[in-house]
Amino acid sequence: MNMSTKPKLRIATATLAGCFGCHMSFLDIDERLFDLMELVEFDRSPLTDIKTCGPCDIGLIEGGLCNAENVHVLREFRANCKILVAVGACAINGGLPAQRNHLSLSMILEEVYHAQHGLVDGFIPNDPELPLPLDQVHPIHEVVKVDYFIPGCPPSGDAIWKVLTDLIAGREPELGHGLVHYD
Amino acid sequence: MSQNSNTPHNKNQTTFTLDGKTIPFSEGQTIIQAAMAAGEYIPHLCFNPEFKPHGSCKICTVTANGRQTASCTQQPQVDMMVESDTKQINDERRALLQMLFVEGNHFCPSCEKSGDCQLQATAYELDMMSPHFDHFSPNRPLDASHGEYLLDFNRCILCSLCARASSDVDGKNVFSLAGRGIKTHLIVNSKSGKLADTDFTGDDKAAHVCPVGVIIKKRVGFAVPIGKRSFDEHPISATPHPIVKGAI
Repeated sequence: MNMSTKPKLRIATATLAGCFGCHMSFLDIDERLFDLMELVEFDRSPLTDIKTCGPCDIGLIEGGLCNAENVHVLREFRANCKILVAVGACAINGGLPAQRNHLSLSMILEEVYHAQHGLVDGFIPNDPELPLPLDQVHPIHEVVKVDYFIPGCPPSGDAIWKVLTDLIAGREPELGHGLVHYD
Repeated sequence: MSQNSNTPHNKNQTTFTLDGKTIPFSEGQTIIQAAMAAGEYIPHLCFNPEFKPHGSCKICTVTANGRQTASCTQQPQVDMMVESDTKQINDERRALLQMLFVEGNHFCPSCEKSGDCQLQATAYELDMMSPHFDHFSPNRPLDASHGEYLLDFNRCILCSLCARASSDVDGKNVFSLAGRGIKTHLIVNSKSGKLADTDFTGDDKAAHVCPVGVIIKKRVGFAVPIGKRSFDEHPISATPHPIVKGAI
C-alpha cells in the first residue's frame, strides 16, 4: 500500500497525572518511529512542544486527572481529536496517583506542607497560576468519552505500535495475550 | 428438562454439549466440573475445584437449554445444550469484572499478585480494556499485624474462598463475610479484628486459596519478576485447573 500519496494523519499526545513512562514506552518503538513519521505528523505533544491541540485524527492521553488543568487539557483533546486513546494504567484507572483517593485532600496538603519534620514555616502553595488539585484522582473515561484503551504500566512499545498501526490502517485495534497486561 | 438418569446408558457415558462439543458427565457433577474434567475452560472466580461451589460471582454463568445459570452450581442433564463462549455471555461477564474492579482498589502495577491473579487473568481473557464504570475508591485499611502474612482488603472480590477454607478445611473460622449487599466485606474473626490475634498460620489452607491479592505472604513479593508469572506465560484458559498457587 502506498501511503505516501495520502495526507498524513495528525497525532497529538499529552501527559496528565502520569510519569511520562508511557511516552518513554512510545519511544521504545525505536526505528519504527521512522516508518511512523512517513504516515503521521505530530500536533501538540512533548515531542513537538506545541502548547495547544489543533484538529487531529488521533489523541493519545497518558495519566489521569489530578487537577483542573488536567481536565482542561483532556477536554481540549476530546474536542479536537477524532479518536481519543487512553494510554496506560493512570489514564485507565487513575494508577499510582489515585492511591491518594481514600485520603482527604486537606489532610494530604497539611501533611506535605505543614506537619512533616522541617516544615515549621511551610505554607500550602496558593499562587493563582497553580491549577487547583481535585479532591480525588480520576481516570479519563470518567470525564470524557474514550474510544480505545491501551492498558499497562507502561504498555509496551509493541502494544502502542499495534494499536497505532491498526488505527492508521483503519482496523479495529486488537491486543492479544502478551500485549494486554495491567502491570 | 425431560431426560435424566432414566437413560439406558452407563452413567459415565451421559453427555451434554458445551458450545457444540460433547462433554461427558457423571452424576453429581456440575457443568463446570464436567467441563474442566474434559479440558474445557469456563471463566470463573469464586469457584475452586477443591471446594463446594458458592455460586456468588456469576462469572461462570452459561446458558443451559436457553436459560442463564451459574455453571458451578447447575448440574447438567443428558443432551443439555450449554453455551458459554458467546458474545452475549462474555459481554455480561466483562461487565461483572468491570464492577469488581471499580468496587475495590485494584492497582495491578504495585500488586504482588499481578501475573498470578485470577481476576486479572480472567479480565485479560475477556478482553477487558478498561473498567468502564466510575471508581468507588473505597477506604480499606491494610492489616499487617501478622508476622508472616499481610491482608490487603482493597483487592477483595468477596469470593469467600478464604472463609470456606478456614472453616471447612482448617477448622478455624478465621475469615467471614460480614454486612449485606454493597456493604458486604471480609472480616477477621478476632476480638481486635486483626489477623495477629487469630491462630492463622501459613500452613492453613486459607493462606493459599485467595484468587486475588488479599492474603499475601510477606517478604517474597517480587521473587518471581512481573512478566514471568503464570498468566504472563499462558492465558488462564490454557492453564489447566487454575487452582490458585497461593502466596507467590
